[in-house]
Amino acid sequence: MKVTEKDVAYVADLANLELTPDESTRMVSDLNSILGHIDKLNELDTSNVEPLAEVVSAFASTERHGSERFAFAQRADEVKPGLSREAALSNAPDTDGTCFKVPKVIER
Amino acid sequence: MNVNTLTIDTTRALVESREISARAMAEAHYAQIESRDAEIGSFLTLTKERAFAQAERIDALAEKGDPLPPLAGVPVGFKDVLMTRGVRTTAGSRFLEKFVAPYDATAVEKLEAVGAVCLGKLNCDEFAMGSSNENSAFHPVHNPRDVTRVPGGSSGGSAAAVAAGFAVATLGSDTGGSIRQPAAFCGVVGLMPTYGRVSRYGLIAFASSLDHVGPLTRTVKDSATLLEVIAGRDSHDSTSADVPVSKYSAECGREVKRLRIGVPKEYFGEGLDPEIREAIERRIDGLRKLGCEIVSVSLPHTEYAIPVYYIVATAEASANLARFDGVRYTTRSPQTKTLADMYRKSRDEGFGAEVKRRIMLGTYALSAGYYDAYYLKAQQVRTLLTRDFQSAFTSVDAIVTPVTPTVAFKLGEKSGDPMSMYLSDIYTVTGNLVGVPGISLPCGKNSEGLPIGIQILGKHFDEATVIRLGHAMEQDQQ
Repeated sequence: MKVTEKDVAYVADLANLELTPDESTRMVSDLNSILGHIDKLNELDTSNVEPLAEVVSAFASTERHGSERFAFAQRADEVKPGLSREAALSNAPDTDGTCFKVPKVIER
Repeated sequence: MNVNTLTIDTTRALVESREISARAMAEAHYAQIESRDAEIGSFLTLTKERAFAQAERIDALAEKGDPLPPLAGVPVGFKDVLMTRGVRTTAGSRFLEKFVAPYDATAVEKLEAVGAVCLGKLNCDEFAMGSSNENSAFHPVHNPRDVTRVPGGSSGGSAAAVAAGFAVATLGSDTGGSIRQPAAFCGVVGLMPTYGRVSRYGLIAFASSLDHVGPLTRTVKDSATLLEVIAGRDSHDSTSADVPVSKYSAECGREVKRLRIGVPKEYFGEGLDPEIREAIERRIDGLRKLGCEIVSVSLPHTEYAIPVYYIVATAEASANLARFDGVRYTTRSPQTKTLADMYRKSRDEGFGAEVKRRIMLGTYALSAGYYDAYYLKAQQVRTLLTRDFQSAFTSVDAIVTPVTPTVAFKLGEKSGDPMSMYLSDIYTVTGNLVGVPGISLPCGKNSEGLPIGIQILGKHFDEATVIRLGHAMEQDQQ
């Protein structure tokens, strides 16, 4: 699968990255070089193989089933202390003291 | 006192006996940093106030004759992907160059709770993406053994600091080899615990199914000591394991006779530097003489590990780095007119080239039409890699391999070609994909005097065997 400038523009859009023209050009060749190597995976027949998304399954309970296996990661639905508003806003580039401020969503 | 040879035990003994105060211990390390870090570049932020406050607390206890905690007065550093409350935490990125962490990472909190003295935040590849510490947005790190060479990455600062006498121990993170490889390049010990052994709370996430927090130290015993402190179930991290924490340091000195050691043929093929191969074989021979049984094993899907890694890791990174958007905690591009404009320009200006490359690759791999061909396929091959290890571990207790195909390369040597840099991770990425523990420890030097590392991989949650073997191997070289 060969990546084109159009693909790069589409993916940059999805990734919310505004690449400069130079960056776009470099990205086409970098992605092609890397994807060329990744195509190696097609040598393998994985038709009957389950995908492994996370390693936590390795230590989830083997006696229970479904989401019960991860019961160790659950707690009662009770309110616990969290980050204060002040702390949450402290690194923001722009706030009004209560919310984060951002440029308008739509340009009219 | 020689800052280059201190261990946790010797440091603590000096502070406990009051031969050297914790304050003087911290000052001696800052003096070492001042004299040499200009040419190494391992620290991004020094935390003198925090260090001296902790040292004073320790000295007050020592003065009263109160018992001292296990890491009393031990100077440490934290890779800048670990949150340290009230202290700038950058992840090696301009995007976070002003970010002050509002809380401590669990691993940081645990170490400081037992007396460790935080000297500062350590340089790393941006968002932990890299194998040479040349991707730091601030400045690269230089290898203390040869400053024209890289220290490895992404925990380059963490490894260099231990090698240069700046800290007795440091914490790093390992997603595809980022603790083990710099440990090998700098000639120190680096331990990657089992996935879930150490809480990732407060670790700025790169790839959530692959990230591990772990120690870099001068000795295997020190890594074991740090692991005892930082390991354990944490309610803040749903992936942290509910598995009891053993006294790992007690494994040091235990007999290794009759342990079965797997040597995977796929890790000793073409591309491995002959001097590294020779050093590893010498150590395997040493284990044989100690009574271990050496078994040839096969991990047949090894050659597919790099493609799997660069799909899974980048896909997860593209999701994890979506939060950096100019709104809540990063820098923001000036003069943007709309929200979309602000997101796109802030991210393009804030992230470095390697980070953008990986976000793009990950986004592509997950996008409609490509998800099955790339991401799903990679996850299936990840299952095959896991089966390789499960199968090998039915006949052996641990697996011994090289850490890197070459010794530390020169700065700039690989930075022009991303694929060449990625391929150098070949011996370390499988550990992360399968989630097993692994240690890298020094096993000699090449003819240019550059360090060579050897890796021991163990079964899930069997850090005990890894440490036992690592210690035996370390002692066997004395």
